[in-house]
Amino acid sequence: MITWPNFVSQLFNGLALGALLALIASGLTIIYGTLGVLNLAHGAMFMLGGYAGFAAYEASGSFVVAVLAGTLVLLVVGIVMERVIVRHFYARPHEDQLLVTFGLAIVFVEAVRWLFSSDSKTITPPGALAGITPLGFMLYPTYRLAVVGIVAVALLVLFLVLYRTRLGMIVRAGIEDAVMVDCLGINVDRVFMLVFGIGAMAAGFAGIVNAPIVSLTPEVGEAILVQTFVVVVIGGVGSFPGAVLGGLIAGEIISLTSMVNPGYAYVMLFAAMTLVLVMRPRGLLGAIGRE
Amino acid sequence: MSVDRIDSPRRPLLVAALTAAALIAAPFVLPWLGAAPNTVNRILVWGLFGIGFDILFGYTGLLSFGQSALYGTGGFVAAYFLTRAGFPHVITALLIGMVAAAVVGYLVGLVALRRTGIYFAMITVAIAEVFYFVEFNPLAEWTGGENGLPGVPTPSLHLGFTTLHFTTGWALYPFLAFCYFVGIVIALRIVRSPVGVVLRGIRENPLRTAAVGHNVHGYKLAAFVIAAAYAGLAGGLLGVLQAFMPPEAFTFETSGQLVIQTAIGGRGMLFGPLAGAALWLFLQDFLQGPLGLGATWKLVLGLVFVVLVCFLRDGIIGGIRNVYRLVVSRTGKKATADAVPAETTTRPRVASSLPAAAHAANGFTGPIMQTISLTKHYGGVAANDAIDFSVNAGEVRGIIGPNGAGKTTFFKMLTCGVPPTAGTILFKGRDITGMGVTEVCQLGLTKSYQVNQLFHRLTVRENVTIAALAALRGPFRLDLMRRPADIPGLDDRVAHTLELVGLAGRGEAPVAQLAYGEKRRLEIGLALASSPSLLLLDEPLAGMTPTERADTVRLLKSIAQERTMIVIDHDMDSLFELAERITVLQEGRVLADGPPAEIKANAKVQEAYLGGLNGAPA
Repeated sequence: MITWPNFVSQLFNGLALGALLALIASGLTIIYGTLGVLNLAHGAMFMLGGYAGFAAYEASGSFVVAVLAGTLVLLVVGIVMERVIVRHFYARPHEDQLLVTFGLAIVFVEAVRWLFSSDSKTITPPGALAGITPLGFMLYPTYRLAVVGIVAVALLVLFLVLYRTRLGMIVRAGIEDAVMVDCLGINVDRVFMLVFGIGAMAAGFAGIVNAPIVSLTPEVGEAILVQTFVVVVIGGVGSFPGAVLGGLIAGEIISLTSMVNPGYAYVMLFAAMTLVLVMRPRGLLGAIGRE
Repeated sequence: MSVDRIDSPRRPLLVAALTAAALIAAPFVLPWLGAAPNTVNRILVWGLFGIGFDILFGYTGLLSFGQSALYGTGGFVAAYFLTRAGFPHVITALLIGMVAAAVVGYLVGLVALRRTGIYFAMITVAIAEVFYFVEFNPLAEWTGGENGLPGVPTPSLHLGFTTLHFTTGWALYPFLAFCYFVGIVIALRIVRSPVGVVLRGIRENPLRTAAVGHNVHGYKLAAFVIAAAYAGLAGGLLGVLQAFMPPEAFTFETSGQLVIQTAIGGRGMLFGPLAGAALWLFLQDFLQGPLGLGATWKLVLGLVFVVLVCFLRDGIIGGIRNVYRLVVSRTGKKATADAVPAETTTRPRVASSLPAAAHAANGFTGPIMQTISLTKHYGGVAANDAIDFSVNAGEVRGIIGPNGAGKTTFFKMLTCGVPPTAGTILFKGRDITGMGVTEVCQLGLTKSYQVNQLFHRLTVRENVTIAALAALRGPFRLDLMRRPADIPGLDDRVAHTLELVGLAGRGEAPVAQLAYGEKRRLEIGLALASSPSLLLLDEPLAGMTPTERADTVRLLKSIAQERTMIVIDHDMDSLFELAERITVLQEGRVLADGPPAEIKANAKVQEAYLGGLNGAPA
């Protein structure tokens, strides 16, 4: 039975999911846009962020420490992964990049399973954000409301980094033409490392922020990765605004369809993706010529 | 980097015979090595699944992460017929499942192939996920949802005097081995057919494959459907093997395992997935059993996989083959070094010519190519501004102009590589504005590129063959079982083209081993092999040494005897010698047009090149 409060609360759920997807997809899309590598381990990084945060939470009992840990550990993981493995694949074909990041995703998931077992883990949100907030006409979990705000702030920070800093300018120029940026005497090597780190950090942050909403399992990144792909296809590869728009669209589609019948959520998501591919193959906000 | 070859016709027979021998020997040898029959059977199903995937990934270069959708479709359709619908005949049900997967593959391909590269990978992942959820929920009534379909029967074969029952273990093995054998024999034919040659062309350079006149999208879709059919049959066999059709067939993990096994075994060799599956499943058994690693086995295998991708690009089979070739070429070189003097580059021969070209001028007179106020804007920049241009059949036209004059844009529009902003292009009096490169190439109009567009991992002969096939077979034909040698005129055309561009002795050399001048001539050879009646050459002399230039000019002169040519180049002396008429472009407009002598004397042209030395304002 679909009631008005039910509808609005699903709308909010869609917003929360959409904001998270937007953040994760931004990470994926700036890595791809700048480095030309589609990181199939991105979902696993989301999962790693959750577990890194969980470990910190167990040790300290503080949610803030958990968020910091989830974010910073993934910054380090991203940088190490780029330095040790991914950078040797820039000159290799796309297929090899897909294979190696896919292999790393398996390693991450199985390493976590080995360390933490397959049992699901839960993190409780901090006291101030626990409980339920009355919104006048309905009641809504406070933490989910907070997630929308937290992720919005994270997206804003990412926006400011991309559009208001020197690094961001280089990254955006690199998305258009990385060879040219290299020719202009900018140390592309270091920028690539940072971009991969920032992309991983975005996924990790999303992972720990999402952890109190759904329980953590080693497989949690897989479904997110698939949804992120749809977001990127809808929004357009290499486009930060596209990732945000695509994320919100995908979040709402999943959430609102689930209200009617959860079994059709993916079917609708896929239908939307197909529609975009037919009407506008480069994605809603994608530029022509990026492949 | 490996080079695969289109082998002699006897090779496939030998490979098929060896495969048959190995499959027959396996049940006698493998138990000695401690292999469980069930593991061997699973390897065969994965191997068969992988044959189709290898045609898609290894041969065509399309990495799909969504093969589970087709594996599951074939499996569930077959299992549904055999369980819920009570259909008695197992083999027919398997074939129905295979056809169903192929049909679904066609539809999925229509969506997924709208984009290439990483987009294709992402879309296939998303589509496969949809199938998983559809199996679980909307179709649960038919598929059993999370329970799958239990009770799939095993096949039996009535031979009149006796009935063969293929039940489980080694008793089922002959049936699976036979399926694998048929699958590999068909695949060996496919990859050696003209279609197989074109698929490799698409893997190496889709842009050029389209430009020489092949319908790239059609061939990709064909490869996708072939892979889907193999996946569908393998999915059906999975149900037979387990006496149960598991919903897990639809998971992302299934697609992932297929990709991993193919990459480990080696891509582009058909047997790679079988070898990869053998290693993967044996290691899994070994790590879990004797080593007692329990659930950690997958972590170890994941690490093994990453290391293999980093260091052994061609997989296990490819690695063995590369070592073998290295040894053979070392010992082979010693033996032949004295006997045969290494053949150096032959110079282009001038006298010989191609067989009468299919579309050759065939009596066509008058303007073969005409443009009417052809215009191209990039944003606010007018790269070409209202160009009126006409070339008569049989003419050699030169186009010159300073950098940025719009020459390359003009060529791109003439071959329909980019659509004009305004204006009309007429080829043999026919309006070709808005057509695609493939279509106009089939009409007899093609160009050689300013930057080489070759098929890098293929040999010189294979490069020319790809181009010649488009001219002889049309843009699209599914002659999957035909041998290239059976196509009338193909060998002659390839041989003549090679001779004409002076690469007759280099047919078996991989492109990567060619000198720059040779690559340039092969570039022209690719355009020539489709025997165009109008050939456009974009800076054919660029980067050549003076001797190479002289050779190439002679080559171009001999080519020009049979066709109309338009040549862009910066080498004025060569171009004035070659062309009967010159068109000068400047800032997107025609500055002058006339015979070479007239152009040389033209004051405006001198000014454009020398920058107004006579005191004209800059």
